Amino acid sequence: MTKLALSDEILMKIDKPARYIGNELNSIKKDKEKVAIRFAMCFPDVYEIGMSHLGVQILYDMFNKMEDVWCERVYSPWPDLHKIMKEEHIPLFGLESQEPIKNLDFIGLTLNYEMCYTNVLQILDLGQIPLLAKDRTEDDPLVIGGGCCTYNPEPMADFFDLFYMGEGEISFYELFDLYKKMRAEGKTRHEFLHEASKVPGIYVPSLYEVTYKEDGTIASFEPIYEDVPKTIQKQIVLNMTEAVYPEKPVVPFIKATQDRVVLEIQRGCIRGCRFCQAGMVYRPVREKNVEHLKELAYKMLKSTGHEEISLSSLSSSDYSELEELVNFLIDEFKGKGVNISLPSLRIDAFSLDVMSKVQDIKKSSLTFAPEAGSQRLRDVINKGLTEEVILNGSRLAFEGGWNKVKLYFMLGLPTETEEDMKAIPQLANEIAALYYDTVPKEKRNGKCQITISTSFFVPKPFTPFQWAGMYTPGDYLARARVVNEGVHAQLNHKSIKYNWHEADVTVLEGILARGDRKIGQALLKVYEKGGIFDAWSEYFDYQRWEDAFAECGIDTDFYTMRERDLDEIFPWDFIDTGVSKEFLKREWKNAHDEKVTPNCRMKCSGCGAMKFGGGVCFENKD
Amino acid sequence: MKIRIKFRKSGVMKFIGHLDIMRYFQKAMRRADIDICYSEGFSPHQIMSFAAPLGVGITSDGEYLDIEVHESKSTKEAMADLNATMVEGVEITGYVKLPDNAKTAMSLVAAADYNLFFKEGYEVPFTKTEARQAILEYFITPSEVLITKQTKKSEKIMDLKQLVYDFKVEGTEEAPEFYINLCTGSSDNLKPELVLESLFGYMNIPYNANAIQIHRLDVYAKEGDKFVSLLDMGEEIA
Repeated sequence: MTKLALSDEILMKIDKPARYIGNELNSIKKDKEKVAIRFAMCFPDVYEIGMSHLGVQILYDMFNKMEDVWCERVYSPWPDLHKIMKEEHIPLFGLESQEPIKNLDFIGLTLNYEMCYTNVLQILDLGQIPLLAKDRTEDDPLVIGGGCCTYNPEPMADFFDLFYMGEGEISFYELFDLYKKMRAEGKTRHEFLHEASKVPGIYVPSLYEVTYKEDGTIASFEPIYEDVPKTIQKQIVLNMTEAVYPEKPVVPFIKATQDRVVLEIQRGCIRGCRFCQAGMVYRPVREKNVEHLKELAYKMLKSTGHEEISLSSLSSSDYSELEELVNFLIDEFKGKGVNISLPSLRIDAFSLDVMSKVQDIKKSSLTFAPEAGSQRLRDVINKGLTEEVILNGSRLAFEGGWNKVKLYFMLGLPTETEEDMKAIPQLANEIAALYYDTVPKEKRNGKCQITISTSFFVPKPFTPFQWAGMYTPGDYLARARVVNEGVHAQLNHKSIKYNWHEADVTVLEGILARGDRKIGQALLKVYEKGGIFDAWSEYFDYQRWEDAFAECGIDTDFYTMRERDLDEIFPWDFIDTGVSKEFLKREWKNAHDEKVTPNCRMKCSGCGAMKFGGGVCFENKD
Repeated sequence: MKIRIKFRKSGVMKFIGHLDIMRYFQKAMRRADIDICYSEGFSPHQIMSFAAPLGVGITSDGEYLDIEVHESKSTKEAMADLNATMVEGVEITGYVKLPDNAKTAMSLVAAADYNLFFKEGYEVPFTKTEARQAILEYFITPSEVLITKQTKKSEKIMDLKQLVYDFKVEGTEEAPEFYINLCTGSSDNLKPELVLESLFGYMNIPYNANAIQIHRLDVYAKEGDKFVSLLDMGEEIA
């Protein structure tokens, strides 16, 4: 049995030692002498969150299927262990080998959420790997980043040797082959990075030079060698059915956030909501074959023993074979004690029928995400959901016995007015009124419960709203106050509950999401001041960030408050996601004109993603 | 049909707590195609209960769980299927059919055997001979050995003579190991480390819990005035 990196003494005094011992079912151990490449796949958050991340599971499985690669997992040590590791100089280790990750070839880090950036530095620091890429030597591992935040890697550029743009299933084979070849030839780290920059989807930040205008915006962004590509093409899987997928995912001992089989049914979204980064950068929509999914469901339930299976996609209702798949899952597995969980379903007669079979109606709730309260603003953001659809769905649900409704909105969207904010509680009130109209008194199961949640909108790269300005924390909270007062003014206010998000975090997310390379030095300062687990409210300290930006002379309003000019060069413009900047500009204009753009199945709007040669762009076109 | 399963928990698995071991076995039953019974209701759960929860940090050769199944494979097959899907550090060592009127292991637990020894890298503060002499003076000779058990709410005076059925030292002269058989499961539940700690106290040697590995050997029920291993209460299935 593998000797643990941490002593019994340490493991007995920290919270949840199971986070650090590995040995889970389906985890992979290999003979380190017999592999050519050792890869540490790190997710910069706590084990229970990181273990639930599908992308990491897919790559872990794919890498370990390569005979000469051993991929291990690493998650952020919780602050209790962090402190001990710092004090006792214990190097961060991979869960499988329990050996220091600094001895491995690659450190892969998933950038999934901006507020986890300080945890990236924590992993490198505890790993005893120089934080800045420029300080690393031939003895240090290569640090590579990927994941959805990589669509603007620039704030993290100083800390990474390479980034991978797009879906991981494609270019790692070529990258690993190149690494093995050049290492055998005795080539240097720099020589390898130079060659790696030519592998499709690979971005080596140190090989690009950025110059700035006097106003702080980018003047030029150019490779420093002629043979290094000017733009980096996002990589995507064209045939989702044939793509690798973990048939034997790792089964944690402690309860992870996703303690279930996760079946990815499609990638991308046809809807084109203008605020949504995933809806743009994962274009085009690509479905998996339903027969393949049925087989996968069997194999994964069998190999894990999980008691629940969940479908994963950005919008499950748009999967063309949804009915067939869901009915199959219910018929095959419901009787065997397996729960079926169906997130992101549009509320209609079909989904209510399905939900009544797989959930306890008394306990479960309906979820709508209108995102904006008024029809006007929903047109601005291109959210197709109408009030009529919401009320119809609610009525059907109330008739079916439900009495809990959750509503999700965003505040601070472009063009938002006070009328739009007030429309949120008004909509909630109408739904509550509908309940009392629809369900006769004797059939009611208590009051209806409407929960409104609002988050504050953060403009993201590669969306039509990437030009939009943001607001100050005070402005955001004032918006939440308008909604809150609106709730109290409603007739049915006793049936409505309102939650809103924190405003400080929103502003920081905004800085990091659209930041440039200048941000990196401030991130380093935040970490040096003790910032870790900033995604966790109990560890987040806004003051620490404000101080760090001030010390670096960074005016954060530059990143948040400005509405950008249409011809501004963005830090992320060197990435080609397939969706053209021209399309995004058209959509930014359509938003201001309150003009709705049809979804990909209704009509192609020429976003550019057709050039990949697959997916929804070619449906029924053979 | 009632089934009792015996398993071993070793190595790094000692850091997996009781609740997570329960979850682990619920998933293992599905993987091994054990035809386990589920409770009624909207969210059915498996009919499964454990004999005596094992604390984090303790290893064991004698862990038990009882399940109810519709139909059972043979002992040999069931054990092979379960062991094919175990992680390193959990091993199924017994699978027997219980009489239909059998009570659950949990309700029957009366005593348990433990082995306690010094972990690698820790100093051993006495020889086997010294320890043997101390046990003789502290535990064997007196007619009453009172200790105070500290709980969250209160203190309780207990007589080790009534609750500890066997207490001896084995191993080598340099690496003595203790064997303790004591009352378990009832309201008089006693932890083996408390017994050892009181002996250390008698010897005037500070007790370092980190230095001692506790290992459970087996768990027993009481039949008449005899202790019976929980596995011996059922029959193998051919």
